[in-house]
Amino acid sequence: MSTATLAGRDVHVDAEGFLTEYDEWDDDLAKVLAANIGVDLTDEHWAAIRFLREDFVAEGETPTLRRVTNVGGIATKDLFRLFPGKPAKKMAYIAGLPKPVGCV
Amino acid sequence: MKRLLVLGAGTAGTMVVNKLRSRLTDEWQITVVDQDSTHHYQPGWLFVPFGKADPDDLTRPRSKTLPAGVDLVLGEIDRVDTERDTVVLANGTELAYDQLVIATGTTPRPDQTPGMDGAGWRTNVFDFYTADGAAALRDRLATFDGGRIVVHVTEMPIKCPVAPLEFAFLADDHFRKLGLRDAVDITYVTPLDGAFTKPVASKLLGGMLDERKIHLEPDFVIERVDNEMGAIVSYDEREIPFDLLVTVPLNMGADFVGRSGLGDDLNYVRVDQHTFLARDLDNVFAIGDAADLPTSKAGSVAHFAVDVFTDNFLDHIAGLPMERSFDGHANCFVESGDGKALLLDFNYETQPLTGKYPYPGIGPLSLLAETRANHLGKQAFQWIYWHLLLPGHHLPVATEMSMRGKHEATEPQDKELEASR
Repeated sequence: MSTATLAGRDVHVDAEGFLTEYDEWDDDLAKVLAANIGVDLTDEHWAAIRFLREDFVAEGETPTLRRVTNVGGIATKDLFRLFPGKPAKKMAYIAGLPKPVGCV
Repeated sequence: MKRLLVLGAGTAGTMVVNKLRSRLTDEWQITVVDQDSTHHYQPGWLFVPFGKADPDDLTRPRSKTLPAGVDLVLGEIDRVDTERDTVVLANGTELAYDQLVIATGTTPRPDQTPGMDGAGWRTNVFDFYTADGAAALRDRLATFDGGRIVVHVTEMPIKCPVAPLEFAFLADDHFRKLGLRDAVDITYVTPLDGAFTKPVASKLLGGMLDERKIHLEPDFVIERVDNEMGAIVSYDEREIPFDLLVTVPLNMGADFVGRSGLGDDLNYVRVDQHTFLARDLDNVFAIGDAADLPTSKAGSVAHFAVDVFTDNFLDHIAGLPMERSFDGHANCFVESGDGKALLLDFNYETQPLTGKYPYPGIGPLSLLAETRANHLGKQAFQWIYWHLLLPGHHLPVATEMSMRGKHEATEPQDKELEASR
């Protein structure tokens, strides 16, 4: 556990840079995190990010790609277009959530 | 009379009833439901395609694996009605319970990926983690004399997460011994960002793929199998051609779990990861692969989990708090070819370590190293499974993961944000 200075303030992050405190996140921070990994946020991106944030509160864990598609209603193909290469990880990073598990 | 109902007489369910029958009084009636009458030793399926195990030697009648004083009901489960504490079977039979344990495991579902169970299914597209699939693949491999073999994992989690890697290692060994290795191109395709999930193990196993000239294609999320083209296609439009596809289809928990409102998106029962009690319920547990635990779906996990569960269950029905807490302990043999194997030992919090197992400093098994003894351990395990593990006898291994005599393996150098790559 360490801290990083992002958008002009100190936030808690893990070894891979994922935020560890849900409440330290806001829209400004999301823009900085997105820029860090080369993503320019559009309305489509925001819809995915908002779903992740809400679902995390309801379920207590970062939703999987499958869940973002099945429950969030965003096609997997679109998620790969919006967050190329590693959508599950990139979405979680920008949304300030832990890296999704499901990989065990 | 109190009723304990166990759904599923596989590895976890069988261990649960064998351990609980002798520890519960006669006041408790125990009933087990399964859809068929045969228990399979699933780790054996890995060896069938290479002619190193006969499917017929990997089964026992379920009736022989269960203790006296337990009723076995054969039937398909329609749903669990948690309002009425009743399980309804597809034929209309109703089974009431005071306590319910769901142990219906996980099943490969090729129907969930477009084209996977299409024209090529079991002709040039095979699964191997089913009895039928392993036997069909054995027949295909017998005449395979060259071309592109793609070993593929659809989505995590899968049962026995190391099995597809083992398959790739054994395929390399198989074709080398036949003198055909140069004619066979092997590619390992995974949705993960490396060979395996835990970084230390991923690096080691990735190196083993390299040594064997098995190409690794990571971050591949399959959209469909294109049977005309003979290729798998990802959502980001990568195409990997194959002459023979050996896939691990999407694994899902039982459909009745979803119908009963107890499951996540893959029909795994949502449970407390330390006690296995189903979310918001006081008399429903799920154990083994059927539960949504963030650890490997494997028999070893079920074994360690059942140890914790049985003590807790006795406390729970006595109205006491459940004091034992499961740590996610898993250990996996990884068959690496040429009569050798590795052993991994890890839990929710701790990466696989180096050292000796189960006795610190002595072994005889070595963690994170390829040895002959580990291979023999894996071979011996079938006997242990039928005669010690399933009957619920004590094994000389600790339930909780021990740090004694173990060492942190070298951490991967690269700690920067992987998402940025």
